[in-house]
Amino acid sequence: MTDNGALGLVETHTVRLFTAADPLVLASGSTLGPVDVAYETYGTLSADRDNAVFICHALTGDAHAAGFHPGAKRPGWWDNLIGPGKPLDTNRFFVVCANLLGGCQGSTGPSTLDPATGRVYGLDFPLLDMADFVTVHRALLDHLGIERLLIALGGSLGGMQVLEWSLRHPEQIANAAIIAASSRLNAQNIAFSAVARRAIMDDPDFNDGRYSESGVLPRLGLRTARMMAHITYLSEDAFSEKFGRTPHPERDKPGFGIDFAVESYLDHQGKVFIERFDALSYLYLSRVMDYFDPFSRPNATDAVTAEPVNFLVMSFDTDWRFSAEHSRRIVKHLENAGQPVSYRNIPSPWGHDSFLLPVQRYHDTLRAWFERTLREGLR
Amino acid sequence: MSLRPDLDVIAHLVPEASRVLDLGCGTGSLLRHLMDEHGCTGTGVEIDPDKVLAAVASGVPVMELDLDADLGLFAAASYDTVVLSRTIQTIRRPEVVLREMARISNRLIVSAPNFGLLEHRLMLLRGRMPISRELPYSWYDTPNLRFTTLVDLEDLFARLGLEIETRINLSSTGEPLGKHLRAANLRAGAAVYVLGRG
Repeated sequence: MTDNGALGLVETHTVRLFTAADPLVLASGSTLGPVDVAYETYGTLSADRDNAVFICHALTGDAHAAGFHPGAKRPGWWDNLIGPGKPLDTNRFFVVCANLLGGCQGSTGPSTLDPATGRVYGLDFPLLDMADFVTVHRALLDHLGIERLLIALGGSLGGMQVLEWSLRHPEQIANAAIIAASSRLNAQNIAFSAVARRAIMDDPDFNDGRYSESGVLPRLGLRTARMMAHITYLSEDAFSEKFGRTPHPERDKPGFGIDFAVESYLDHQGKVFIERFDALSYLYLSRVMDYFDPFSRPNATDAVTAEPVNFLVMSFDTDWRFSAEHSRRIVKHLENAGQPVSYRNIPSPWGHDSFLLPVQRYHDTLRAWFERTLREGLR
Repeated sequence: MSLRPDLDVIAHLVPEASRVLDLGCGTGSLLRHLMDEHGCTGTGVEIDPDKVLAAVASGVPVMELDLDADLGLFAAASYDTVVLSRTIQTIRRPEVVLREMARISNRLIVSAPNFGLLEHRLMLLRGRMPISRELPYSWYDTPNLRFTTLVDLEDLFARLGLEIETRINLSSTGEPLGKHLRAANLRAGAAVYVLGRG
C-alpha cells in the first residue's frame, strides 16, 4: 500500500456462498444454488471489526471498484473515491465490493451454467428482487466474519440496495449513504428500461436467451440499449459541453453514418459495453429496479424505526435519470420514520453520472460524513 | 466551543431529550450542543452549502433545503420543538413558514432581530438605512429580505393563532435583558419567542 492515493494492484476473489444442497432462498420463494460471488476488498479489517464499508454497485458495475488489475490501463470504477488518503480512506476503512447476484462479472447470473442441466440458465433463471441482492451481500459478510457494517454505500441501483438493506436489516448498518437513487421508478424510468429490454430481446441473435449456446450474442440490441441508457446518464448541458454540434473528424459529407462527435461517443460506449456486459444480466437487473418500491410495503419502516440508521442521501441537480425528487422521496419517508437523515442536492453539470465523478462538493461531503462515522464508531 | 449567546438562550428553552427541528441551522452548533448536552435528537435545515458541509462534518443530521419551498417534507406533529433562529428575516414567505412550523410542532421557538431598535430608528431619522450589530449589512448586499419590529412580528403571530408563551428580550450583543424590560420594541436588539398553537 502506498500513501499517494493509489491502491496499487488488487484482485477479485470468488466464493461459493450457497450450494445446490443448501441453496439461496429468494424473496419469490424459489431457490437457487450454487451461488458464487465475486468480490474485492481494500484496506484492513480492524481487530474489533468495526471499520467495514460495503459498496453496492450500480446496474452495470462490478466488484472491481478500485485499484488496478494486473496489466490494466484503467483502475476500478470508483477509484476516485476509494484509496489511501481518498475520501473513503483505505488506511482506515476496510472496504468490500461484490458483484451483484444476477450480474455477469464473476457472480452467479442468468448466463452462468446451471450445473443441474449442464446448460446456461438463460430465461430459466429466476426473477430477482432487491431483497435477494441484500441476502447475498449478507452471506458474504458472514463469510468474511463481519457482523455489522460501519457504512453501506451505493449510487443508483447501488443506493437502492443500501436502502433495502437498511429497511430490512437496520441492525447490521450503522451508517447508510444512498446516492442518486430512487425508492420507486416512475413511468418514464420504466419506459426507458422497457425500450432497452426490447432492443435486446428483439435482436435476432437473442434466441430466447440461449444465444451463448449458438455461439452468438445479441450485440446490436445490447449496444442500442446501452446507447440509449447513456443519454439518460448525462444531462443536456453535459452533452452540449462535451460535444456541442462538433462534427466527427472523419465525416466527409452528410449521410447516415457517424457524422457528429456525439454519435461517435455513443457508438463507442455501445461497443465497449457489449465486450464487458451480458444481455441477460441487463434484463434481470433492470427489471429488479422497475419493481423496487420498498415504502409501499406494510410496516416498511418498522424495523428501522426500532433500530435507527444514520442516513446520508444525495442527489445531483442535473440528474434527470433519478432527479432530486426521487432522493427527496427517500428522505421524506426516512425522516417521517424518525431517522437521522442528512440530505444534499449537489450542483454538478454531469447528470446521473455525477455520482461516479470527483465532484468537489460531493466528495467533500462524503469525506466529512465518513470521518464522522469513524469518530462515532459502531454505536 | 461555547454557544453564541442567543443560541444559549434558545438551548435553555428546549426540553431535555426532545426532538428538535432547527430551521436555518447554520453550521449546526445549536443542534450539536443540544445533542451533546441535553440528550436531544434532531435535524437541521440549511441552504448555505458551506454551512451544510460544516454541519455534516460535526455529525448533525442536516438537510440542504429551501425553507420557503420544502417544509412539506416534514410530517405533521413530528417534532417536539421547531426552531427558527435569526432566520425569519431572510425568508421570502415568513407567514407560510410559520404556518408550516405550527404544523410540524406544537412548540415553536422564533428569534428575530428588531428593526424598531432605537439605534435603528435614529439612523433612519438621519436618512440612512440602519447598520448595526443586529443588521450588519448594507442594503445592497444583505441576506435579509424582511424587516420587522417586534410589535409587527407579534401581530403576525396573533393573526396566525400562535400564542406567545415566553418572550426573552436580547441586547444587541445577544445577552438576555430580562423579562420585564420596558419599551422592548425600542430597546431590544432582538427577541426570542416561545410560541404555542393557541
